Amino acid sequence: MALTSPESKVWWNEPVGRAELTWIAIAFLWGVFMFSMMVWWHLEGNQNLSNEVYRVSPAKFEAKVEAFTEKYKVREEADIPVAKPEPGADVYMLSRLWEWWPILELKKGQTYRLHLSSMDWQHGFSLQPVNINIQVHPNLEHVITLTPTQTGEFSVVCNEFCGVGHHTMVGRIHVVD
Amino acid sequence: MSITADTTVIGGIAAKFRTCPATGLQVDLAAERLIKANAVAAIVFLAIGGLFGLLVALTRWPAVHLLSSDMFYLVLTAHGLDVLLVWIIFFEMAVLYFASAIILNCRLAAPRIGWLGFALMLVGALLTNVTVLQGDASVMFTSYVPMQAPPNFYLGLILFAVGALLGCFIFLGTLVIAKEEKTYEGSIPLVTFGALTACIIAVFTIASGAIILIPTWLWSLGYISHIDTVMYKLVWWAMGHSSQQINMAAQVAIWYAIPAMLLGAKPLSEKVSRSAFLMYILFLQLASAHHMLVEPGISSEWKVFNTSYAIYLAVLGSMIHGMSIPGAIEAAQRRNGFTNGVFEWLRRAPWGNPAFAGMFLSLVLFGFLGGISGVVLGTEQINIMLHNTLYVPGHFHATVVAGTTLAFMAITYLLVPLIFQREIIWPRLAKWQPYLFGLGAAGISLFMMGAGTLGVSRRHWDITFSDAALSFDYPPAAFLMLGLNGLSGILAAIGGGLFVVIIVASVLFGKKVDASNVVAALGPTPQKQMSDTVSTYGSAGTFHLPGTYILVSIFFTAFVLYYFVNWKYLSELWQLG
Repeated sequence: MALTSPESKVWWNEPVGRAELTWIAIAFLWGVFMFSMMVWWHLEGNQNLSNEVYRVSPAKFEAKVEAFTEKYKVREEADIPVAKPEPGADVYMLSRLWEWWPILELKKGQTYRLHLSSMDWQHGFSLQPVNINIQVHPNLEHVITLTPTQTGEFSVVCNEFCGVGHHTMVGRIHVVD
Repeated sequence: MSITADTTVIGGIAAKFRTCPATGLQVDLAAERLIKANAVAAIVFLAIGGLFGLLVALTRWPAVHLLSSDMFYLVLTAHGLDVLLVWIIFFEMAVLYFASAIILNCRLAAPRIGWLGFALMLVGALLTNVTVLQGDASVMFTSYVPMQAPPNFYLGLILFAVGALLGCFIFLGTLVIAKEEKTYEGSIPLVTFGALTACIIAVFTIASGAIILIPTWLWSLGYISHIDTVMYKLVWWAMGHSSQQINMAAQVAIWYAIPAMLLGAKPLSEKVSRSAFLMYILFLQLASAHHMLVEPGISSEWKVFNTSYAIYLAVLGSMIHGMSIPGAIEAAQRRNGFTNGVFEWLRRAPWGNPAFAGMFLSLVLFGFLGGISGVVLGTEQINIMLHNTLYVPGHFHATVVAGTTLAFMAITYLLVPLIFQREIIWPRLAKWQPYLFGLGAAGISLFMMGAGTLGVSRRHWDITFSDAALSFDYPPAAFLMLGLNGLSGILAAIGGGLFVVIIVASVLFGKKVDASNVVAALGPTPQKQMSDTVSTYGSAGTFHLPGTYILVSIFFTAFVLYYFVNWKYLSELWQLG
């Protein structure tokens, strides 16, 4: 039994039952299939995370976000500026304790290059209720190509623990026609 | 019990043994004392960490919302630390000593080093706990840089890890002694092979922990100015996730051990089961990638290869165990005479024995809830929908609580009579304990996964965002999920509390076990009606296990369906490229 040494000393030469062999073959092929799914989705799927990343200091990224916001600001909401960039533009959102800044207004069906980075600790970009979740690091500028397919008011929740104010960290993205 | 403590002198080292009344094996008293100490420490931390877990569940329940925000983050940090690390590693030390010295009928290598390791682990666990409870180290179990905890938080973890490493070396040393002194013939038993797998993964895990925690400790002290945030996560998770693979190997070893003890089950094929363990050794450590799938700065090629454990070869190992363990039980039960129909072997299994019930529930819940959700969660693109949501703790409560913790509870019901030499008191209560705990743990897992699918963030105090400048509400169903999660938490806490009380009371006040009552003390086992229907194992065509084939088919169907449902959800997401 499993608590004693194998009965047959040459256990590695024993034949394996057909049912077990069949199951091993099925499980192996299923693994190959699941692996191929991820590769295939990179080629054919529409939901893949971009690998475009740059090193950036928090101060430099903040300056870029401020210039962007100034250029495209259309109004304010709860004292936070709302930026409405032209379709296809590079858009910026920074995270810091405990806010996402600025608010964005995007057009449905248009593709944007969204730049994300953190001013301090790690944060979690969690777009709700769409449910897109991306980790945000300081010193790294992640450029995500994003195409909204719904209109409405969407929230950006922080889903990486970032201290006592973590649960107050909410940002906003509007999508209009 | 007549402790016939023979003193055996081997190579100038004296070891004292007693003879086990159940198996006739020589039990090294030094090993026995170390097993007792580690198991007791484990259960104490399970009780503390479990209580913290209940407080977390009651705070997440919006209608109760028990703790203040700073207390919630403090308690959540302590909960992760005490159950995910301290309870499990202490218990694994007991498993390693048992699987080496006791099963191999051998003396334990260097018991004094074992006590040093135990002391280091205890001091380390206490130091980190005290630092967290003082309130300046609510950084979560993962302590992602650049968030910083006081130096003692990291120092305690380092001491704990060094202590565990000593335990691993003692295990390996004992294997060498057993081989030298020929205490067994042929190859080591499968259970010991599983424990060896756990030990090898543990050494890798602890080395990774040292590589990242020592610089982080020096950074916290001010000697190092910068720790790279992505590198930290990569190496930290080589400890954090691999340590769960220690559990995996240890719990699979227990899944083989309990049916062997209670039913006389043998593996269907030694070769297949050992190869499956080998897959764990070779591939499970790649799991650090599971935490890096939506990080910037890492290529998709790396993510796809690593997250799949090299084309799912470690998952293949688990799927093999998933057939060979119920298969071994079915074969043993059929040999014991339960040959009617497809499922008599399962119906007439010793469901009233908490060791068997706990083991089987652990196997089923781990496979269906933890295994399937883990593969789905670890699919590179699907992770975009689930990363850092409550789905993640939902998944690992299925693996670590319903899987590992329940398996460890199950084997404890056998360790008490065999090692502590006491009967389980209140056997009727003990009979219900695994069901209560299993049901609670399954509920916690399912409802957190449900909330996570709806987008709810993990490690989050207030899902109503009442203090936020911009308002947001999760869907109403999420509130229902978290209420049900709270109720399940209460159920699991009752089951876990019962376990602690039953075991502590049995160890202190249980009737002594000797040759006259040792078999009864192991709990009910099926009435054996030995027949020769299945006389040999490991050779093709000698057995037919229809019940197992059906169970495995159900599992595989659920796996495939759930996998594709998630791809469908993903295809409806906003386009990302």
